[in-house]
This record gives sequence, structure tokens and C-alpha cells, in this order.
Amino acid sequence: MSTATGRGRRQLDTTAIVFIALAAVMAIGAILVGTVGRNFLSPGNIRDILTSMSVLGFVAIGQTLVILGASLDLSVPYVVSLSSLIAADTMAGSNARILPAVLAALGACALIGLANGLIVTKLKVHGFMATLGMGLVVKGYLDTQYKGTSGNVPWNFQLIGATGIGPVPISTLLMLGFAALVALYLARTRTGNHLFAVGDNVEVSRLSGIRTARPVIAAHMLCSVFAGLAGLLLASRLGVGSPTVGTQGGYDLLSIAAVVLGGTLLMGGRGSVWGTIGGVAIFAVLDNVMSVMQLNPFLKEVVRGVVIVLAVAIYTGRSIARRRARFGPDAPPPAPGPRDSARGPASASAPSPGHDAREARR
Amino acid sequence: MNVIRTLLSPRGAVFLLLAGLLIAVTVISPSFAEPGQLIRFIQRVAPIAIVAIGQYFVIVGGEFDLSMGSLITAQVVIAGNLIGQDAGRIFPVLALMLVLGVLVGLVNGLLVTLLKVPSFIVTLGMMLALLGGVMYWTGGAATGNPVDSFRQLGRGGIRGVPVIEILPYSVLVMAAVLAAAIWLTRTSFGRTVIALGDNPRAVRYAGARSWWVTTSTFVISALTATISGILLVGYAGVHPKVGQGYEFIAITAVVLGGVVLGGGRGWVVAAMAGAFALEALFTLLNFAEVPSTLRDGIQGVIIIAAVAYSASPLGGAKRKAAPPAPPQTSPPDGKEPVAPAHLGS
Repeated sequence: MSTATGRGRRQLDTTAIVFIALAAVMAIGAILVGTVGRNFLSPGNIRDILTSMSVLGFVAIGQTLVILGASLDLSVPYVVSLSSLIAADTMAGSNARILPAVLAALGACALIGLANGLIVTKLKVHGFMATLGMGLVVKGYLDTQYKGTSGNVPWNFQLIGATGIGPVPISTLLMLGFAALVALYLARTRTGNHLFAVGDNVEVSRLSGIRTARPVIAAHMLCSVFAGLAGLLLASRLGVGSPTVGTQGGYDLLSIAAVVLGGTLLMGGRGSVWGTIGGVAIFAVLDNVMSVMQLNPFLKEVVRGVVIVLAVAIYTGRSIARRRARFGPDAPPPAPGPRDSARGPASASAPSPGHDAREARR
Repeated sequence: MNVIRTLLSPRGAVFLLLAGLLIAVTVISPSFAEPGQLIRFIQRVAPIAIVAIGQYFVIVGGEFDLSMGSLITAQVVIAGNLIGQDAGRIFPVLALMLVLGVLVGLVNGLLVTLLKVPSFIVTLGMMLALLGGVMYWTGGAATGNPVDSFRQLGRGGIRGVPVIEILPYSVLVMAAVLAAAIWLTRTSFGRTVIALGDNPRAVRYAGARSWWVTTSTFVISALTATISGILLVGYAGVHPKVGQGYEFIAITAVVLGGVVLGGGRGWVVAAMAGAFALEALFTLLNFAEVPSTLRDGIQGVIIIAAVAYSASPLGGAKRKAAPPAPPQTSPPDGKEPVAPAHLGS
């Protein structure tokens, strides 16, 4: 029980930093946008940011699960495209076929996720290679079956991508709702808890009597299903299915970057869904500010690359220092004190290490 | 018996795969086995093989380098834009490219080691930044090929060689890089890299300067990407997408060669053989007239199957059997020829 609350507080800490970073990015963004005479907080702009969050958000929620299980999913862009195509083709413009289409698309995605999970756990192929290969297989299927955009999405389904409550789009609300469900899944279910354990250390989990394959397979299936949801959303926005919509978005690497930006460890076992949402929001704000400032699209990529590395650098150093203090043989009890005062005036991230140190002493 | 066992082990399986693929290509198209054709095949693989050698050092040390493809593109575009038709600029620009290569490697390595950012993220950021930077500089359109004398390195060769008619320079460059890589893996540096991939904490306690070793692997990988870029300028010409996907091809080749992702185990020659196997696979699919759209799918299946094989009981049995030797007998254990696989620890 105590470990569970301990983990909960740690998550809160990293997540808090992510949201502090988000607030900082928003503040800087608001000032920059203000200098060109535009209003960052106008309903239209907020709507733009939230809209651009939703697709990457779906993919990143799934990616969080897989990364927590110490795996990776590089096949998501192709799964996104596949889902959009299956849905649009099955719907064929008829309202009555929306439900079967959604089920067919998500079912196909779940099967791909199941295959990924089985390859990773049973054949012991590293997630990187397994999903890289699976991505190529799905890409081959897409390239042979589809020559271009295909299918037709009825208006009722397009409304999901087009409407909103005030400045908040429905799609973003759906994405946040699913994030809440996943957070609950991770915190409250057995499989969710086991996923943390397996991601942290497979061998110890196995020796503790956990069936180590199940959580990882579940994570891979959920990840593909979430990629499928992103595909459905894109189909709803475009009105058709497209075989290139996933690769154009670069969702594989961007979702991994968003997850790590959200404070989840790439080696697995530690992290949270809300942090990921924060990471996705940082990307969305960054993109929005650069678009409003009319930055050269190539320079945008440069800024993105630099921000990814620097943002992750802010808290990786911190978490590693903390781990050493807990597990290392040379963890001196007075260490948190000096580190506290040394870091105190340094940066906005200072309150959290201090908070941590107090945690450790209790 | 021992040879068969080695060939069936993940370390040797790639050579078996390569031989099988080459035989299959020859059956479909007998002219492939002619020395002239074969050397052209090697010339085509050279840039990939060189990149795979660089990626080997990074992966065996327990890291990833995703920035190689962008760096290749950057170097190719730089060569095209700065050298242009002026042969006198070849050497200054070549020096600039090497400096840029070292710089990219240093930045990658130092961010990974000093700021403790995961290499996946660092090199992903570098990939975006480099490509964006080069595209911004050129305005999105890569202009003109460099002067022909520079391109000779990638497309030309020594003529009048007896059996094979022409010995491409790129094959010589590849051989030189391979020789240097084999030499490096036998130095204490090379052994420290493998040990780092296996158990970084043990290496730290042993007193190695692990930050410098890891940084060096990134510099090596960036330099091989630079060399590969120089060859590709000659072979393929200037194109903003010339390096696209090379990082994944290189990682795939290295893993096909039995190198374990996460580090600590692998042989550089097998990593290069992985590059050859991958290109032989493409050639086979080409000669077999498989529709181009299906090639990706087949490639994916083969990657998964090959990696699954090296992790299977058949491929991994020997490795599993070796460690639980009783402690008393472990010192003489070192004499056994089987040992290198886990010598690093």
C-alpha cells in the first residue's frame, strides 16, 4: 500500500513539472504572439490548439502504455492509416453502417496489436524491431490494396471531428475522457499495476508470480486500438480514408517524443498518462505559436528538435539523481539537504526535488 | 561440428541467411554470380554497410542513433551546394563535412552522457533539427550535383583490374572502414563499449571513462554517416531525400547481424553481413519481380522472423547454457573459445 501511494506521489511530481513547463511555454507563447498583435487566448486560437492535440493525444495515450511496459510501437502511423481506410470504406456514406465500421476498424487494429504483443512476449523480439517489421507489413498491405484516398464518411460521423462545446472540440473531450479511463486502468486494475512492474523489471515480476506476458500484450493491443481511434478521428475530419495520413503526421516518433516529454521513462516502469497529455499539449502550443508567428516550416522542425531534447534534459537529470539516492550503496542521508539548497534558486523545477526529499525522509 | 553450431547461433545465422539469399538471387538470375555483377552489388551495399558499422558501435554500447539518415542528407546537400562545379573547393568542403560529422556526434554523445537524456530522444531531436536546418538553408530545394571529380569517389573505380574489370573506390573505402572497425573492437576501447552495453554500472565501478567512450561511439557513427554521404553523392546524386530511412535500415542490418538491441553482445563483421543480407533481399525481390508494393511487407516479415530466430531456444541455447557454470570452474572457463559472447561482463 505504501509503495502504491509512493508511486502516486512520484507521478504527481513529474507530471507537475510537465504542467509547469507547459505553463511556461504558454506564457512565452502568449508574449510572442502578443508582439505580432494577435491574441493567444482568443477562443479561435484555443480551439486550434485543442484540435491539434486530439489526434496526437490518442496515439500518445496508447504509446504511453506500451512504453510503460518497456516496449515501443513504431507501427502506429500505418495502423492510423489502416483504421481510417477500413472505417471510411465500410461506412460508404451510410449512417447505419457507422457502428459496424467503427467496430471493424478497431477490431483490425486490436488484431495488429495482439500480433505485436505476441511477437514481443512469446518470440522475444525487441519491441523496436517487432513493430518496425509489423509497420512494414501493414505498409505493404496498404500500398497493394489502396491507390489513394478511399471510402466516404457520412456527415453524422464527420460531426465528431467538426463540432465542439464552446471553444472545446468534441474530439479533444473524447481524447481526455479516454485518458482518464486509461489513468484509472493503470491505477486500479491488476493488469495496469502489473504493467508497471513488468516494465520496471521483467525478471523480478516473473519471480513475484506475475504472468509477465499479459500486461505487455494488453498494452500493445490498447496502443493499436488508440492508434485506430486516431485514424477514425482523422477519417471523420477528412471525410475519406487515406493510406498516407498516418505517415504524414509522423506519429511514431512524435508520439514517443510526447510520451518522454511527459516524464515517462523510456526504459519503462515509470510514468503517467497525464504527463503524456501535458507533453502533447506542449507540442500543440509550440506548433500553434510557430504557425501564428509564421515561422519558416523548416525552422519549425529545428525548434521542435531542440525543444524535445532540452525539455527532456530538464527532468532526466533530476530523476536519475533521485534513483541513485534511493538504491545506490553510496546514498548519503544528508545528500538531499545540500542538493535542495543548491537547486533552490536555480530554476522553476526546484520545488519538486525539495518535495521529493521530504517524501524520502518520511 | 563447431562450425555448424556457430553458423546456427545468432552470431553466424546472418551468414547463412546471406548465403541463402545470394544463392536464390543467382538461381533466378545466373548472371548475378559473374564477378563484374557481384562487385557492382558490393558497390551498391557499401554506403549501407558503412552506416551499419557505425550504428553497430552505438547499439552494442546500449544506445540508438536515429540521426544518421538526416546527417547523410545534410552532408549530401552540403557537398552539392558548396562544392558546385569548382574542383578547387573539394578539400576545404570535405574538411568542413568531417568537422560537421564530428560535431554532430559530439553533441549527440555529450547530451546523452552529461545531460542523461535517452539517446533515442537526443538523436530524434538531432534528426529533426539537422534536416530542418539543411532544408531551411537551401530553401527546401537541393541544388545541383557537385563537380564530377568529387563524384568519382562514389561512382568511379580503378579500371583494368583483371577479373572484375573495375574495382570501385567505394568498395575500397568500405574495406578500409571495416578494417578500422575490426581493429577498434579489439582495442580496449572496443571492449569497453561492449562492456558498457552489457552493464554500465560495472564499467563505472571498474573506473572506465564511460561518458567519453559513449560519446566516441556517437562520433564514430556520425563519421560513418559522413563517409556514407560522400559515397552517396557520387552514387545517387543530390536529393533532399537521399538519406531518408537510413537510420532504420542501419539498425535493421545491425540487428539482423545478431547484435542485441540494448547492447553488450554482437560482432561488427556480422553487423556488416546484416547490411549485405538486407540488400541481397532487396535484390532478390527485385529479380523475382515481386510487386514493389509488397516488398515492404516481405521485408517486415523477414526482419521479425530473423530476430525471433536469434532469440529462440535454437539460436540462444548455447548462450543460455554457458553462464551458470559453477564458480570454482569459472577461471579456467576463460580458455574456452566459446567465451567471447559474454566476455564483456
